[in-house]
Amino acid sequence: MLSEKEKNEIETELKQYEHKRAACVEALKIMQHSRGWVSDDGIHDLAGILGMTPDELDGVATFYSLIFRKPVGRHVILICNTISCWVMGYNQVLRSLNERLGIGLGDTSADGRFTLLPVPCLGACDQAPAMMIDNELYGDLTPEKMDEILGKYSWERD
Amino acid sequence: MEKYLLRNIENPNSADINEYVKAGGYKALAKAMDMKPADIIEQVKKSGLRGRGGAGFPTGMKWAFAAADPKMPKYLLCNADEGEPGTFKDRPLLEKNPHLLIEGMIISGHALRAKYGYIYLRGEYPQAKDILEAAIKQAYEKKFLGDNILGRGVKFDLCVHQGAGAYICGEETALIESLEGRRGQPRIKPPFPVNEGFLAKPTVVNNVETFSNVPYVLEIGPEEYSKIGSSDCPGPKLFSVSGHVKKPGVYELPMGTTLRDIIYTHCGGVTGDKKLKAVIPGGISTPVLPADKLDCPMDFVNMPKHGSMLGSGAVMVFDETVDLPKVCLRAIKFFEHESCGKCTPCREGIGWMRSILGRICGGTGNAGDIDLLLEVSKNVMGKTFCPLGDGAATVVQNFIKNFRNEFEAHINNKVRAER
Repeated sequence: MLSEKEKNEIETELKQYEHKRAACVEALKIMQHSRGWVSDDGIHDLAGILGMTPDELDGVATFYSLIFRKPVGRHVILICNTISCWVMGYNQVLRSLNERLGIGLGDTSADGRFTLLPVPCLGACDQAPAMMIDNELYGDLTPEKMDEILGKYSWERD
Repeated sequence: MEKYLLRNIENPNSADINEYVKAGGYKALAKAMDMKPADIIEQVKKSGLRGRGGAGFPTGMKWAFAAADPKMPKYLLCNADEGEPGTFKDRPLLEKNPHLLIEGMIISGHALRAKYGYIYLRGEYPQAKDILEAAIKQAYEKKFLGDNILGRGVKFDLCVHQGAGAYICGEETALIESLEGRRGQPRIKPPFPVNEGFLAKPTVVNNVETFSNVPYVLEIGPEEYSKIGSSDCPGPKLFSVSGHVKKPGVYELPMGTTLRDIIYTHCGGVTGDKKLKAVIPGGISTPVLPADKLDCPMDFVNMPKHGSMLGSGAVMVFDETVDLPKVCLRAIKFFEHESCGKCTPCREGIGWMRSILGRICGGTGNAGDIDLLLEVSKNVMGKTFCPLGDGAATVVQNFIKNFRNEFEAHINNKVRAER
């Protein structure tokens, strides 16, 4: 079941388009924003109001790497693994994240706080190596900076 | 050269409409409203402006194709999906100078008699979405957008559509599919979007930087504009420079500035004054160049003569310590991840190339692997719907062409590299 808030936000998006399905990515994002990820039930609920079949909508949802079809942690770390970041120290940054969080790429930390995912280019190559946590960009990363950055997310109100 | 695209961006309020107007913004729009649509197209044609997304197609010609198609309505789409690794040139335009893009789109919309425009923004730029939406709201309030622009009875509506992480959506037909609410898989061409694009109507897709050049053309006139930079493809160009340079960043320079000037004059040279080994001049899909090819003018006409392409103007610099076969492997892993899977040569071929490169870099390569890589790349090149497969094949072929000895060293010495 969609919440009233989700419904209202999706209605606003639908007004921007001549065809309902054009709003599908935005609708998926609205659901993801409120629930963290998009479940099978979520796909069914959204498909109805978008005039799509659940299969069609799932086809779209699984096409885009920033739509999560599996549960993720409360914060998603997107670490850029493409060329400029890689030559500027991606491996060291990744290793330090692996050690601090005890997880590899694609995993969620045991406390459910972080999910670590690779991303191909954040468009922040002048600040390489870079990563994004939720919507916040962090550049010129070094292993030394990691404690301070991750620390910002340890006092969250879960 | 005086900055145009990035003028005023040091002003912390540069994204505000009042600051933009104060700096001379929206004057070109007023001028355009007094012009006939066909005359605007003529001026853009005369200016020599070429698309800044990578292919360098003459903008005026693209517009003329769409204008000549009788089908209505027509749509105007801005490709703000800069996903080509190494490319971040549109970020300052989107985040610091959104009104230049909006002004360029309104003028272009008038030229094409398009009533609707969409900015297709990449999912990785969340701040840009908020900034663009705030700027669009301001433009509506000032009557630069809406049903009666500047009281001249011209209508143009504009909104932002954000993607969700897919490099392929930077390809214009994939972008259109995505905007229609489908998987972002490229369409076969023809028909071209100028005839059958968004909702099967004539559609012009231009890059952020291309639209941002349009007000400039009208402000100074096509004759003056065509005197900037290279004669065959004039205008200012944004270069995003990263990797081993002292001052990475986005630089606005005349089209045709040499790589040497970009790296040594503007970016302060190689980090730590190390020796330069190689440069990827225009984003990951453009052929890598060795250090002795730095004097080529960076434009759409001259770069191919020097064995590469201008692409998006994303310069990636590698010093002497970089293991280039590993860079090649990184690049191919990227293409493998981003292949939409529609065409077999791309889907299977890139994975195969990644596997061969993986064993070369892993110290278990075989004597025939380099030739095998080239063979596979030939069977990807030119055999796919869209240029993604070509991009991957180009990377492999040019890394081997220019740095074959490094691949051989990995195979002969069984060097196991950290990947």
